[in-house]
Amino acid sequence: MAESHDDIPLSVLTPDGRPFEEQPKWRRDFPIDVPEDNHVARRDFTKFMVLVSFAFAVGQCWIWLMSAWRRARGTSASRRIVAVAEVPVGGAVSFSYPNPHDARVLVRTAADDFVAYSSKCTHLSCAVIPDVTAGVLRCPCHHGLFDLATGRPLAGPPRRPLPRVQLGREQGYIVALNVEERTT
Amino acid sequence: MKRRVSRDQLNTIISGMLCVVLMLLVLQLWLLTATMNAYLGGDHGVVAPAAAVGTICFLLNFGLFWQMRRLEQ
Repeated sequence: MAESHDDIPLSVLTPDGRPFEEQPKWRRDFPIDVPEDNHVARRDFTKFMVLVSFAFAVGQCWIWLMSAWRRARGTSASRRIVAVAEVPVGGAVSFSYPNPHDARVLVRTAADDFVAYSSKCTHLSCAVIPDVTAGVLRCPCHHGLFDLATGRPLAGPPRRPLPRVQLGREQGYIVALNVEERTT
Repeated sequence: MKRRVSRDQLNTIISGMLCVVLMLLVLQLWLLTATMNAYLGGDHGVVAPAAAVGTICFLLNFGLFWQMRRLEQ
């Protein structure tokens, strides 16, 4: 039985340019207009890109909401951490502040010097380990290194400094006053 | 209905639109990473303007896509 191609529009083109009758059967069954196919492919690609763009915009708005929520929460109340006498020079104490899941580390670097930072590495949140003799905080996961005096990154993948806990003293106790987050 | 532009011209226009969409997307990606870095660093001042710019970029992308569909019809 002869096939009829009357219903196939003239705009239908074949990739190799040969007449329609010489095309393989699968192509005759499903004729593809190549330029039109290019349009469809690009339109679908653009649609996907617009979806990705939407996801980015949602992410930006989510960050904005989180930021607004953080600011509405206000600053943290001060809290006693440990008695000065309980921390030897060169010693460290782990604590959480202001929330139970905000892990911090307090280090006594000299007789009258205390520093406290977030104990989560700013790279991938591994726990940092203070090394007082070397004057650094080490992240064992990817060999990140932070300056003990400032909390700024010295080596390895971390780019942001560790959030610093502002400290005070009250009746022989070290007191956490606030958390200072920094970009540089 | 006859096309106002030839198929080659349409191809060029659509390729140009696609390039603009991709550039806006790269800008959004950069903006997202920079905003996240600022937010984690406690710099909350840039977050709201960045969210506004990110939304504008998306609206531009959507507008271009809409125009692309209209051109192809």
